[in-house]
Amino acid sequence: MSTFLIRRVAAIVPTLLFVSILIFGLQQLLPGDPAMVLAGEERDPAVIAHLRETMHLDQPFPVRYLYWLRGVVHGDLGESLRMQQPVGALIAAKLPVTLELACIAIVIALAIGIPAGVVSAVRRGTAWDYGANVVALWGLSTPNFWLGIMLILLFSVTLGWLPASGYVSPFENWRANLASMIMPAFVLGNAIAAVLMRHTRSAMLQVLSSDYVRTARAKGARERDVVLKHALRNALIPIITLGALEFGTLLSGAVLTEQVFTIPGFGKLIVDAVFNRDYAVVQGVVLFTATAYIMLNLVADIAYAVVNPRIRVQ
Amino acid sequence: MRTKSLLAMTTVALADGTPRSPADARTSSLRAGVLPRLLRRPSAAVGLVIIVAFVVLALFAPWIAPYDPIATSFATVRKAPSAAHWFGTDEIGRDVFARVVFGARASLLAGVVSVLISLSIGVPVGLVAGYAGGATDMLISRVTDALLACPFLILAIALAAFLGPSLTNAMIAIGISATPIFIRLTRGTTLAIKAEDFVLAARAIGNPPWRIAIRHVLPNIVPPLLVQATLAIAAAVIAEASLSFLGLGQQPPQPSWGSMLNTAKNYIDNAPWMAVWPGVSIFLLVLSFNVVGDGLRDALDPHHA
Repeated sequence: MSTFLIRRVAAIVPTLLFVSILIFGLQQLLPGDPAMVLAGEERDPAVIAHLRETMHLDQPFPVRYLYWLRGVVHGDLGESLRMQQPVGALIAAKLPVTLELACIAIVIALAIGIPAGVVSAVRRGTAWDYGANVVALWGLSTPNFWLGIMLILLFSVTLGWLPASGYVSPFENWRANLASMIMPAFVLGNAIAAVLMRHTRSAMLQVLSSDYVRTARAKGARERDVVLKHALRNALIPIITLGALEFGTLLSGAVLTEQVFTIPGFGKLIVDAVFNRDYAVVQGVVLFTATAYIMLNLVADIAYAVVNPRIRVQ
Repeated sequence: MRTKSLLAMTTVALADGTPRSPADARTSSLRAGVLPRLLRRPSAAVGLVIIVAFVVLALFAPWIAPYDPIATSFATVRKAPSAAHWFGTDEIGRDVFARVVFGARASLLAGVVSVLISLSIGVPVGLVAGYAGGATDMLISRVTDALLACPFLILAIALAAFLGPSLTNAMIAIGISATPIFIRLTRGTTLAIKAEDFVLAARAIGNPPWRIAIRHVLPNIVPPLLVQATLAIAAAVIAEASLSFLGLGQQPPQPSWGSMLNTAKNYIDNAPWMAVWPGVSIFLLVLSFNVVGDGLRDALDPHHA
């Protein structure tokens, strides 16, 4: 197990290094002099001179990269030009909002995706299976920002049940917080429910045809117990690890969902940064997201290896 | 049996200079039956019809749309759907139906062009990684892992932000963001095909590596690439709509379904029709590419069904 751990942790180092080169390299895409572009429309000579100095623009690319990397390793992701705040602090301030949204979205996705997948596998080829597949296709094909607008139209404009936008902190008023989060979380969970449903269906189909399920049936166990206790419990392992990989979908989705529902989270931070040409924030957010994704992947792999010893020797 | 088939292949190779592999024959027989097998699936057939309908809309937009999609009219601001304006009008009096019809151009173009960009980078790079192996493969694989670590849409937003907002840049951003999937798929399939007997035979008679990669490996990796490309178009259509929704794709006044939804969101309480049809169009087009992609996978791989 320790060899596996060392090998797996060592493997993420080059990936992280390439991610950092890639994200730093984004600056090279800016047309013209980065200092001129980063200084915004006013092009204040003092700002340009300051940028040149702090960004080491007189140095070659590899040297600039090393300066930047040194900062990143020390937790310095640069400073937001518009908000005059460290990028790290901005991310830390916005992250809890998105995490709350993501957690509720995952609960919704699990509550829809897993039962739908189980039913569709157990009733393979019936109307149930067909219906669940239609729901999955719907989830995969609906642009979540459109679904968000349609939910606002139904629940806020027509029925007046839920607020159309805005965010209330759960520490301030948890009921208002839940009311403002339920629609965006459903929008976000919808797409992930579809993926989970497909994973659950195929994992369940595989498990249901295995010998131990046949044995369980042969010894006279109730079908309900066979499905829930024997089959689902084993099928859940790949579902959970594959589900962890949906983290990227969750964050991508959050960008649009937060925009539709005006939620001041991580996604709105990157969109606002894009429009304010606050490139350090864009870089910081992408770097943070990629690192978090790599780490989550690592945790999922380790968790998988813990429950499935065969993985460790591969 | 195996020796015999190897011998037979070598004989064919000696006769016309190009070894013919059993896998080649299998691919061509598969190819011949793909369309009928795809059309036999009702959902895929309907999906294909919808895609063709959108292509027709996009190609003949000037003849199909009843109005100019960018002509404003202050006499018809935010009018509900009627016989004159089937889908209603928007906040500056433009016909929503005309804009939906013309919007199909941006979505289809972005879907197809970005996937072509991904294919044209991803396939050669994946082929080199899978075929060359060693340090080349390791380097390419690490870069691919790094790209895959950045969530698709976030990477596309970042690229589009640095490149500047326009439909062309959005297509480049989406194309680059979707490339790692094609590198990984091509590499994996190449590794599997490389170990087949007919590739060994082709190598044994002295074909150079590039010739083996292009003439013997490439044709055999087409089926999985075709499936992935179809599903990637669906993802690219959503990604273009998303970037346009955020203002990073097609620029106003040119119509795009994503930017139409961005405007519509501000008028949801008094002109909801503005939000319905662009969304329905994105949904139908994406759904169609998804069901055709699923259908193609089943049609190309009998074991999968």
